[in-house]
Amino acid sequence: MRSYLLRRLWQAVLVLFGVSVVVFLILHLTGDPAALLLPPDATAEDVARFRKAMGFDDPVFVQYVRFLKGALRGNFGESVRHGEPAMHLVLERLPATFELAGAGLLLALCLAIPAGIISAVKRNTPIDYISTVVALMGQAMPTFWLGIMLILVFSVRLGWLPSSGRGDFQHLILPAVTLGLFTTARITRLTRSGMLEVLGQDYIRTARAKGVSEQPVVWKHALKNASIPIVTIVGIELGTLLGGSVITETIFAWPGVGRLSVQAIFNRDYPVVQAAVFILASTFVFLNFLVDVAYTWLDPRIRFR
Amino acid sequence: MTPPNGTAVALRALVEVEERQWVKTLKRLAWRRTALFGLGVVSIVLFAAAFAPWLTPFDPLEQDINHRLKEPGWQTAEGSVHPLGTDHLGRDILARVIFGSRIALVVGLSAVLISGVLGMAIGLVSGYFGGKVDDFFMRLADVQLAFPFIQLAIAVIGVLGPSLRNIIIVIGVSSWVVYARVVRGEVLSIREREFVQAAIALGSRDGRVLLRHVLPNAFTPWLVVATLDMARVIVIESALSFLGLGVQPPTPTWGGMLADGRVYLSTAWWLATFPGLAILVTVLGINLLGDGLRDTLDPRLKL
Repeated sequence: MRSYLLRRLWQAVLVLFGVSVVVFLILHLTGDPAALLLPPDATAEDVARFRKAMGFDDPVFVQYVRFLKGALRGNFGESVRHGEPAMHLVLERLPATFELAGAGLLLALCLAIPAGIISAVKRNTPIDYISTVVALMGQAMPTFWLGIMLILVFSVRLGWLPSSGRGDFQHLILPAVTLGLFTTARITRLTRSGMLEVLGQDYIRTARAKGVSEQPVVWKHALKNASIPIVTIVGIELGTLLGGSVITETIFAWPGVGRLSVQAIFNRDYPVVQAAVFILASTFVFLNFLVDVAYTWLDPRIRFR
Repeated sequence: MTPPNGTAVALRALVEVEERQWVKTLKRLAWRRTALFGLGVVSIVLFAAAFAPWLTPFDPLEQDINHRLKEPGWQTAEGSVHPLGTDHLGRDILARVIFGSRIALVVGLSAVLISGVLGMAIGLVSGYFGGKVDDFFMRLADVQLAFPFIQLAIAVIGVLGPSLRNIIIVIGVSSWVVYARVVRGEVLSIREREFVQAAIALGSRDGRVLLRHVLPNAFTPWLVVATLDMARVIVIESALSFLGLGVQPPTPTWGGMLADGRVYLSTAWWLATFPGLAILVTVLGINLLGDGLRDTLDPRLKL
């Protein structure tokens, strides 16, 4: 097990290295980072001075090493707009994003796993059809449209829930539903197909033949074995949730990293963009490492690999 | 008349079998009502995009400030009807929804083609040669997957500037992973099959083996992935347009229309509702078609 986890850890480090290269390259896409960072009316002299001060005249490799050294210490430079360290701005908004993504994931798991299991157990009954149709719709529904429609119904028409901002629990409901629906739909379908597959296995028949009653067969024997693909998809969906927060946060004026990075793009505040992308990607890598650890507990066969 | 020689007969029989296979596949697909529904939706959207100018009497760009924000079914003095109402500049919403399908499909098809070809190539090479090449590409895939997709897309498009070309390139270049993984998985097993081993033993070059023997057999799962990915790309395109980083106004895009409609949500619900419905129905149709294709062509494929 130790070697398995060590190997995964090494892979995570490699991936983070790759992430740093891509984030560094964002600023160099047009070939002239100075022109991107300075206002369009800067004089040629200003540009030249700025380029020298920032070291943009050095070879790209030297610049990358400097960037990496900074990034490892959490230094992505100062925000052009706020005059604060970019990293500081991002870290400040991170809890809001985690809160939203966490709520979305929790909602998805609480709805999707029971729905998927019931669908599989009551296969081809009206319950199954309804849950399948809802899941299909949920997968096809664009997040931003869902958010707008929820605001239209629950804020504008009914006036039940606030349409923007972060605060008490009520503020969390609409954004969490908006963000979580796609993930809910995906996990529902996966749980259903996973359960169907497991329920047809020999060891389930054995358990039933031994006289184990239906409840433990479904919830203990079957679910534990069906949960491996679910854990995999949760790992992937964490990326969907963190990335999807860009849209959801914009719609609901949720003060998280996603909204910050959209604003930063429009303000040409690239250090903030780089810090935001780097932090979100690293978070995702870290969480997926935790998912790998969870595997070793769920699937003992992995421990011997 | 000379009797047909043996090879020709065998070949014709083969072609017939192959044709029958296709007919069978189509028939099986038609048996699945949901897949048929998806196919219907996709056909309608393709039709709308191709014949947009003939489907609506209104110009999607023509403004009419006197008739702005009119509700669905509203009739002008001249007697023409706006079935879905007009937007904040008095433009016909139905016309804009119909024309919006063009951007969605152009971006969808082009981006899927780019990422599909890229992913196919990487998957073939990675699976066939294995070893260091494989390690390299699979680590690259991990790096790619580590990025929250939209976040990376807006960062890159923000730097390069929003345009149809840039959107297609960014989505196309960053969506190859799922193709590569699926194709690689197929190649790993195809590589060991007799006909491939025979081709290698007969001295075929790697390129020939890959293109003539391996690729055709990895094509079916690739097609399923491409279909399902098309739906994802359309959602991403509208998300970018919604954020103002897509194809720029006045060109009608579903996402852009939604962003406009959001401002008038409390007074004119139809602005945001109909383009969203268009996305929902299109994506649902493509997903159902993709699911049907997978179940018919390659039921073991896990996607």
